Amino acid sequence: MTFIPKPKLHHPDLQKNALGYTRRDYEGPVSTLCAGCGHDSISAAIVKACFELDIEPHRVAKMSGIGCSSKTPTYFLGASHGFNSVHGRMPSVATGANLANKDLIYLGVSGDGDSASIGLGQFAHAMRRGVNMVYIVENNGVYGLTKGQFSATSDKGAKSKRGVINSDEAIDLVGLALQLGATFVARSFSGDKAQLVPLIEAALQHKGIAFIDCISPCVAFNNHEGSTKSFDYVREHNEALNSLDVISGRDEITVDYEPGTMEMVTQHDGSVLALRKLHTSYDVNDRVAALSYMQERAAAGEIVTGLLYVDPNPRDLHAHMDTVETPLNALGDDVLVPGARALERINAGLR
Amino acid sequence: MLQQVDRLEALQRVNDFVVKFANVNGSGSASANALFAKSVLRMGVTATPRNIFPSNIQGLPTWYEVRISEAGYMGARGGGPDLMVAMNPQTWDGDVASIEPGGYLFYDNTKPMPESKFRRDIVVVGVPLTRMTNEAYSNPRERQLFKNIVGLGALSALLDIDPAVIEQLLAEQFKNREKLITANVRALHMGRDWVKANLGDPVGLKLRKADSVGDRILIDGNAAAALGAVYGGATVCAWYPITPSSSVAEAFTSYCARMRVDKATGKKNYAIVQAEDELASIGMVIGAAWNGARSFTATSGPGISLMQEFIGLAYFAEIPAVIMDVQRSGPSTGMPTRTQQTDITACAYASHGDTKHVLLIPEDGFECFEFGALAFDLADRLQTPIFVMLDLEIGMNDRLTKPFVWDDSRKMDRGKVMTAEELQAGKKFGRYLDVDNDGITYRTYPGTHPTKGAFFTRGTSKDSMARYSEEGHDYHENMERLLKKHNTARSMVPAAIERKAKQTTRYGAIYYGSTSPAMTEADEQLNALGVSLDLLRVRGFPFGDEVAAFIEAHDKVFVIEQNRDGQMRSLLINELEINPKQLVKILHYDGTPINARFISGAIAQALQIAQPAKVTEVVS
Repeated sequence: MTFIPKPKLHHPDLQKNALGYTRRDYEGPVSTLCAGCGHDSISAAIVKACFELDIEPHRVAKMSGIGCSSKTPTYFLGASHGFNSVHGRMPSVATGANLANKDLIYLGVSGDGDSASIGLGQFAHAMRRGVNMVYIVENNGVYGLTKGQFSATSDKGAKSKRGVINSDEAIDLVGLALQLGATFVARSFSGDKAQLVPLIEAALQHKGIAFIDCISPCVAFNNHEGSTKSFDYVREHNEALNSLDVISGRDEITVDYEPGTMEMVTQHDGSVLALRKLHTSYDVNDRVAALSYMQERAAAGEIVTGLLYVDPNPRDLHAHMDTVETPLNALGDDVLVPGARALERINAGLR
Repeated sequence: MLQQVDRLEALQRVNDFVVKFANVNGSGSASANALFAKSVLRMGVTATPRNIFPSNIQGLPTWYEVRISEAGYMGARGGGPDLMVAMNPQTWDGDVASIEPGGYLFYDNTKPMPESKFRRDIVVVGVPLTRMTNEAYSNPRERQLFKNIVGLGALSALLDIDPAVIEQLLAEQFKNREKLITANVRALHMGRDWVKANLGDPVGLKLRKADSVGDRILIDGNAAAALGAVYGGATVCAWYPITPSSSVAEAFTSYCARMRVDKATGKKNYAIVQAEDELASIGMVIGAAWNGARSFTATSGPGISLMQEFIGLAYFAEIPAVIMDVQRSGPSTGMPTRTQQTDITACAYASHGDTKHVLLIPEDGFECFEFGALAFDLADRLQTPIFVMLDLEIGMNDRLTKPFVWDDSRKMDRGKVMTAEELQAGKKFGRYLDVDNDGITYRTYPGTHPTKGAFFTRGTSKDSMARYSEEGHDYHENMERLLKKHNTARSMVPAAIERKAKQTTRYGAIYYGSTSPAMTEADEQLNALGVSLDLLRVRGFPFGDEVAAFIEAHDKVFVIEQNRDGQMRSLLINELEINPKQLVKILHYDGTPINARFISGAIAQALQIAQPAKVTEVVS
């Protein structure tokens, strides 16, 4: 179903990628979120990642639920189809979409209310099914559109803008994703573009469920003193595990590194993730160790960021189901409809 | 060992009676019972079996009732059985009490029951099944399984079922397993021989070879609907187990395994997900349909409740989705294994906001297949959820039906989908732009064209170009267009079928779905009482013009339904602005299938017509 685009006129100064697209081709209409919202930084990182990976914009399907985060797919990849679905139910819609056409890239954007509160069940089941998609939670620990209520990722003891102290335990989506068998798990911070863009690029190339928990402070309702999701708090408590370079399969690997601090992870599509390890003992392929490290640092009050776990040979839902190579939505009558003779045989067996 | 009590006008009937088996759960009786029904069919006599079972795995009683009718009546008859095969001591008293006066009781008299446990107005036939099987077999499992076949043999001798027919069925069932065939045939004749040697001819119910089956097939509606989904081109099925709908997805799974696996690679041309709940199953269906795959779910009333929000989204965002609703009684546990037509209004007006949906209402397996396939064309053409309204009665019971037909020249109608070529050629695309003035707009599949045709899907806050808008006029325009589309659907759903009375009458009757066979029979009973009715079987919603015209043409129209509130009647009143006084409710909602005696009795009563005998409502 690919189609050759008509040549487009570009501003001569704009840099083009291998497909001849500029950054503009990956953008969307102007955001209507609050000025300074962390979510807009994530949108910008998505634009940059898609541009750098030479992804055809129309081959991406943007999926979201409801909330501030779920509004953002309007503001990037304007040439892509998008689906602003039902609160907390993006994972099922993305799962169905993915079943229909395995050839598109599914980019799910959700929030902490959408995925950890109302949508925790669907989040969990998408992780365990291994739907081949990128699943970004823009995590600000607060409900924005309904004006500042706590979400399920709000830390116990965190203070709301109105001065209310949260008494419930926080849900750590990264820990859940690790437990539920996600094959790519990362955490980042909307204010750290240098870390976030390569993580999104790596996630886009991952052939399985790739989950990124991206802390994204809410400038309107959760950026005050006492909040554990404010810009200042996250900057002070961020402990980056690694930094990442993504080298696509066709590039020559020319990363210079210091022995013992670099780890190369080859993904299934041939791309290489070059991890500059900040903690030399951390093994990015060890799910159990990742879980215990996360919990240890969380207890110490730190927010661990970076690529936390990756399975270099992931299997996705289509692999589990053993579906045909042709996307299901492209199969015709000849393949799908058994026909009159087969029906006569069925009739004969029912007499 | 025939125990005869007062033999008062014992029933004498040929090819027209009801046999009911009271089973001990887990005794392996199901397959012997099915053999009984099939042997009647193979003798050319219409047999209609019904499973009556509780919401339970093991331990609670179940029944299997077979209506035998050379005249072809397939609805529940009403009343008790003419012959009760009482194998379950737990339900003995109720079972014996339910037998029609002059009827027959068949039981295992290895340990004879005291006379006080019988009735004086029935004929009791005792056959020592346990003793015979204990003597012939040593393995406990064999004793149990062959007891059922010995019993079938005894019944076949009593009712004059041709043993060759049963032998043939056994040969088909255990194809190429000669030892099993021989063993079963031996057990069959053990029962037959005992009856012939020890009893005279105590049962006046007889089977004679006839020709009332024709080329019809025996299938349950759930399997037929699943087969319809295969022929309708469904590739994605997402479901959550719920009685009585689970066998739709299970049948789809097995049909796909037979007919949808790529021969060269062994890979599947379909995807079936057992979702975590009904919210996820409908979400997956909507996601797949949005992305151009034909997709469906199967559920029942509680599942419909859980899907409400998503159904609304699919309605407003205009996404095709097929929902097969196998209706049942009540919520939670208890009545889920009982039949009703209780989701009519819940589906017609499902979800928040102003919504109206398309319903297809099949009467039997044939229409389950037809509508099961049609639903996918309609969903694509109308870009909206389509409900196929089965119920437990037709969904979970084997029923004779016309053989399925398929025209190989028929192709999937994917509706208005704009292609890359059309977009490239400059054809104007606006996702919600009503270019054909039928309310139905063009869509594109994701990934179609690099620069044209992409749009953002959301609920109501959009304009005709799918741009975000909260403007009142955009909302209003969109809602009016959706109404126009709903109106377009009126001529696309299967039209109601009218059957005129032999003479002109002021009275009409509207019915739908599984009520069909009982209504046909009731109509004949009413004719015998001098009542003439024009009949209209509604097969879809929104109603076509023929429905309003039918009501208009009659002074009084009975609306026969299997629910408490007259849901179809409400829909008729609401949508067609009918005077409620014109529509008379005839409602049957105890969880058992509606039966002819009830319908004819209730209508005769409403018309104040004297009936030959008092009709009591009986739980069959």
